[in-house]
Amino acid sequence: MLWACCEEIFASPMAIAPANPRPNGAIRTENLCRHYRMGETLIRAVDGVSLDVRSGEFVALLGSSGSGKSSVLNLIAGLDRPTSGTVVVQDKDLARLSREELAKYRLHVVGMVFQSFNLIASMTLAENVELPLRFAEVDRDQRDGLAREALERVGLKARTNHRPSELSGGEQQRAALARALINRPQLLLADEPTGNLDSHTGGEIMNLLREFNQGLGMTVVMVTHERALAERYAKRMIFLADGKLIDDRLNVPLAAASETSGGQR
Amino acid sequence: MKIPDLAELALRNLRESLLRNSLTTVGISVGVASLVAMLSLGIGLQQLASRRLGKSGLFDTVMVSSRREMRGMGREEERNGPAPGESRVLDEAARLEIEHLPNVLEAYPDIRFNTELRYEDKPHLTTISALPASAKSNDAFEGLQGNYFSSEAAPEAILQKAFAEELLGKTPKLGTPEPNVADLAAPLLGKELIMRYAQRETTPSSPGSTGPTSASPADSLTDTAYSVVSREQKLKIVGVSDLDPESMRGPARAKVFLPLKLAESLHVMQATDLREVSRAASALPVYQSVSVKVAKPSQVQIVEDAIKKMGFTTFSIIDASRSIQTFFKVLDVFLGIFGSLALAVASIGIVNTLVMAILERRREIGIMKAIGASDGDVKKLFFAEAGAMGILGGIVGVALGWAIGRVINVVTNVYLRRQSLPADNFWAVPWWLVLFAIGFAFVVSLISGLYPAGRAARLDPVQALRYE
Repeated sequence: MLWACCEEIFASPMAIAPANPRPNGAIRTENLCRHYRMGETLIRAVDGVSLDVRSGEFVALLGSSGSGKSSVLNLIAGLDRPTSGTVVVQDKDLARLSREELAKYRLHVVGMVFQSFNLIASMTLAENVELPLRFAEVDRDQRDGLAREALERVGLKARTNHRPSELSGGEQQRAALARALINRPQLLLADEPTGNLDSHTGGEIMNLLREFNQGLGMTVVMVTHERALAERYAKRMIFLADGKLIDDRLNVPLAAASETSGGQR
Repeated sequence: MKIPDLAELALRNLRESLLRNSLTTVGISVGVASLVAMLSLGIGLQQLASRRLGKSGLFDTVMVSSRREMRGMGREEERNGPAPGESRVLDEAARLEIEHLPNVLEAYPDIRFNTELRYEDKPHLTTISALPASAKSNDAFEGLQGNYFSSEAAPEAILQKAFAEELLGKTPKLGTPEPNVADLAAPLLGKELIMRYAQRETTPSSPGSTGPTSASPADSLTDTAYSVVSREQKLKIVGVSDLDPESMRGPARAKVFLPLKLAESLHVMQATDLREVSRAASALPVYQSVSVKVAKPSQVQIVEDAIKKMGFTTFSIIDASRSIQTFFKVLDVFLGIFGSLALAVASIGIVNTLVMAILERRREIGIMKAIGASDGDVKKLFFAEAGAMGILGGIVGVALGWAIGRVINVVTNVYLRRQSLPADNFWAVPWWLVLFAIGFAFVVSLISGLYPAGRAARLDPVQALRYE
């Protein structure tokens, strides 16, 4: 089934596939809290955040360092569990899922990219990209083809057998995007994806994110501290400070443009 | 994750820290090598003992005698059985019946007598015994100088080393080294011995009749008679044996051996003939005892039971064989335990290596979890790495243990030869040991991987991703 989905999306690498026909990828959090204890001090990394993200939205989580934006992203990604409150994705309360179910959720529903790329240094790009397919127990022949197509989509067709250390930062982030795409997730979560890149390369990565959002219908949640970047690409901006949601606004020009293109579609 | 993918990733990870993983694998190899070397020597010794004992005929032979012969022996079963005088006669018919029992290879009469042998006109009194053709494989004849009998009826003799010394007047004095059997055989082989013996001849009986040499106080009871005639038989010395093929007989051991058919044809008067008048006077052969060769030592008890049911007395040393088997099993267990100690130490090395790998690959584990690896996937990956080290260490260790055992065998044989002792193979690596050693190394490695794999699987992905 997984292969069928992947085959569908990569059948024509450069073609823009129709919007995701699978169930709603919306995210809903209610009074979400994540508190840590460091010695005697209680750190409220996320403190009562409630938000709704509609399927197909491109949302930027903004805030200064320590505002809790990455913690919220980790909770949505199923990498962490809330201290209290709920985080519901595709009508599933992540707090109620077992460790095994959370792993399956991360494998099939979520794609993640990180500021520091997080490619495995001992593997080639192709091997890095196909790694999620190994966990999904996809056959080797299918994996090879899918990995090549994913790398072709992000413009790294010629670098499949290179190791991450042989690539520039931008190329590594593109490879990380290809890996995030390989299982065709409904949610693409990006944690400071341009944080380690120059503005030009960062722009290329953001264009790819926008392409996945608009072309493949993926819901994108991006953490950034660069407001300009968010205003340029995100349709909605959520501001966090000290673990609390302090503002949630539409990026009016982009949202309007999106509505227009949605209406045309 | 599928097993081939797991194996591929495990081998890749092992290659990444080549030196450390190689050293750990060498540790396992040394452990397996010590286990294999110890057990190969234990098994080899056991096989050597089995071979030797098998060839000695001690463990596949049942001695059968008539209960008439057991007067005064006082064994429980004899006491409870029929009275000696009423029990069955061990004659040719009984021998044939025994020979046709299941698992019996042959049953041959035990012919043994004391007589005079003349060599170069000097008389020598000794005990003579008859041997069947099958006795050729007895390990006592491994170092035989000359040849075994050319046929079962050939007028030939094989001397035991002690008798050869006596014939040549070279009986060693206390404290002096024993002469070499080859030196003893050289002047004797092909020479002639003259055996003087008393032949038993059955004579037709009639009331009151007595022959010139008749010695039958029970004539009136048995209605038979026999005479004793002095005879001579020339024998050619064909071989001199270093060891004693009749070591189980203790004081009754013979020093000169004749072919069985020849000995039977001579109808030599035996010591017990005077007691057993009926046997001595019988026209059909009647035996004092019969040796029964059984196909396998494990079948000795069955054959013994069957013969006892026929009304005869049996004797074997199968119980001693069982004790020896138990001894070797215990020896193998002890050798295995000592050999495993090194493997136990090596297993600590595996734990250490994998714990180090977790620290080094903490971030990598976090990445794998972030992109969908389950706790089970991570656990299996570390198990696969431990297992791969175990299998690789096991294979190298078996080869190393094989080499160590072989070297010990060679060196010991060199030492034995220098001590003028026969060399032998007391080292064996059977297939089951190879498979067992590799399997054992694999299992020990997996057990060693339990803690590190569990620890890796429990890693918090958020913490792991923050790790630099």
